[in-house]
Amino acid sequence: MKHLVKGIALTLALVILLACTAAADGFRTLDEIQNSGKITIGLFHDKKPFGYVDENGEFQGYDVYLARRLAEDLGVKLDIVAVDAPNRIEFLQSFKVDVILANFTYTAERAEQVDFALPYMKVALGVVSPDSALITDVEQLKGKKLIVSKGTTAETYFEQNEPEVELVRYDSYTDAYLGLLDGRGDALSTDNTEVLAWAIENPGFSVGIDSLGNLDTINPAVSKGNETLLTWINEEIRKLGEENFFHQAYEATLRDTYGENADADALVVEGGQI
Amino acid sequence: MQDSGISVLFKGINFQRLLLGLWVTLRIALITIGISLALGLLFGLLMTRKNRFVRGFCRAWLEIVRFMPQLVLLYLAYFGFSRLFGWNLEGELSAVLVFSFWGIAEMGDLFRGALTSIPTHQRESAAALGLTKRQINRYVLLPQTVRRLLPQVINLATRMIKTTALVKMINVTEVLKVGQQIIGQHYREPSVAFWIYATVLLLYFMICWPISLLAAWMEKRSE
Repeated sequence: MKHLVKGIALTLALVILLACTAAADGFRTLDEIQNSGKITIGLFHDKKPFGYVDENGEFQGYDVYLARRLAEDLGVKLDIVAVDAPNRIEFLQSFKVDVILANFTYTAERAEQVDFALPYMKVALGVVSPDSALITDVEQLKGKKLIVSKGTTAETYFEQNEPEVELVRYDSYTDAYLGLLDGRGDALSTDNTEVLAWAIENPGFSVGIDSLGNLDTINPAVSKGNETLLTWINEEIRKLGEENFFHQAYEATLRDTYGENADADALVVEGGQI
Repeated sequence: MQDSGISVLFKGINFQRLLLGLWVTLRIALITIGISLALGLLFGLLMTRKNRFVRGFCRAWLEIVRFMPQLVLLYLAYFGFSRLFGWNLEGELSAVLVFSFWGIAEMGDLFRGALTSIPTHQRESAAALGLTKRQINRYVLLPQTVRRLLPQVINLATRMIKTTALVKMINVTEVLKVGQQIIGQHYREPSVAFWIYATVLLLYFMICWPISLLAAWMEKRSE
């Protein structure tokens, strides 16, 4: 046992020694990215329609559309790293990617660990209800039953702001939607991206309220302190706004999911202006 | 809708992508198993040494491998090394390093166990019968060691193959990650998930089963 402790202590000491002697590489500045001829961008690989891989093995989606344009305007090759939601920050902090474009929602907590650029998309709550009794205003919900999933922003929002709305809570999204189909409530509320897509698949239901509550924004993120790259991305987003780039991205990647009648402005942020 | 799930398998180059992912899985597994077998033998011999320092070092290595989850080690090699030392390792290289680090220690411990488990009377009886040292090794000790070792080595090898599924967390597109991508593209068709996961299961089985057949055959031959 004594040897074991000694051995482990020795190994740890060695690791710490190594850690002290070698300095971390750090992030790559704009110049370094341009000189290297490629930009590494972290994207989702399984979240249609934002970042996914199609049947030909090609990355597609709203985030990917922007990533391609960024690389093109920088004049470098795009190197895609497939990331998953829980390790997005880690990829930036360990300098494995230059930019994260994996539908990354801005939060104050995350902003302490990475630097967010200007937003290119927004998410709010949406309310879906049957066409026969379509709810287009929150006032109409008073005294009626609204279906929500437990632990979602929709539940918190209605609890705090609309106490007169009766909430019917379900454990999962699937159950909540089934509840609405079975008529266990007058309407259902969750993220607008979700309800918009669901209403397309379920004839007889429409999204009467497509933007409600606190707006969350989706922004590109870079490693903390990477000023040159951050400034360039912000300028680029403003410039792209002038040519209505994000509406084009919506038409190319999101229109199929949200349908002909959906309003692109419920999701798209142009030029970083909310 | 019932057949839509299975047809997704053959849409575009989906099936080739799964096979390519399987090849990545297999490549990582084969390289690491090879390294683990070769260096594990050395490690096992080291473990039987009397030197206290050498034994302490081996024990520490083995214990670290045993109480650190593989995912933590993978994160350490992929993200940690980059953060601490500026060593920006590729995902696949990190995986090979971590799985070898694990395999060498575990394989070494198996070798040590097998080497020390043969009762001394076997050697003594053989010597009493007049066998030379070489003959003792060849006809008495080696067959018994191999027979004791084989099932455990196969067990470890298949465990290593299955654990490679973790490397999808460090940006290696192996078979399971390809499966998730296909499911992600068809997220509104629940039957797709079933067919894709069933296919991945079958692919893993197709690798692990022949290995265990080979082991059974070798075990039989060594009798």
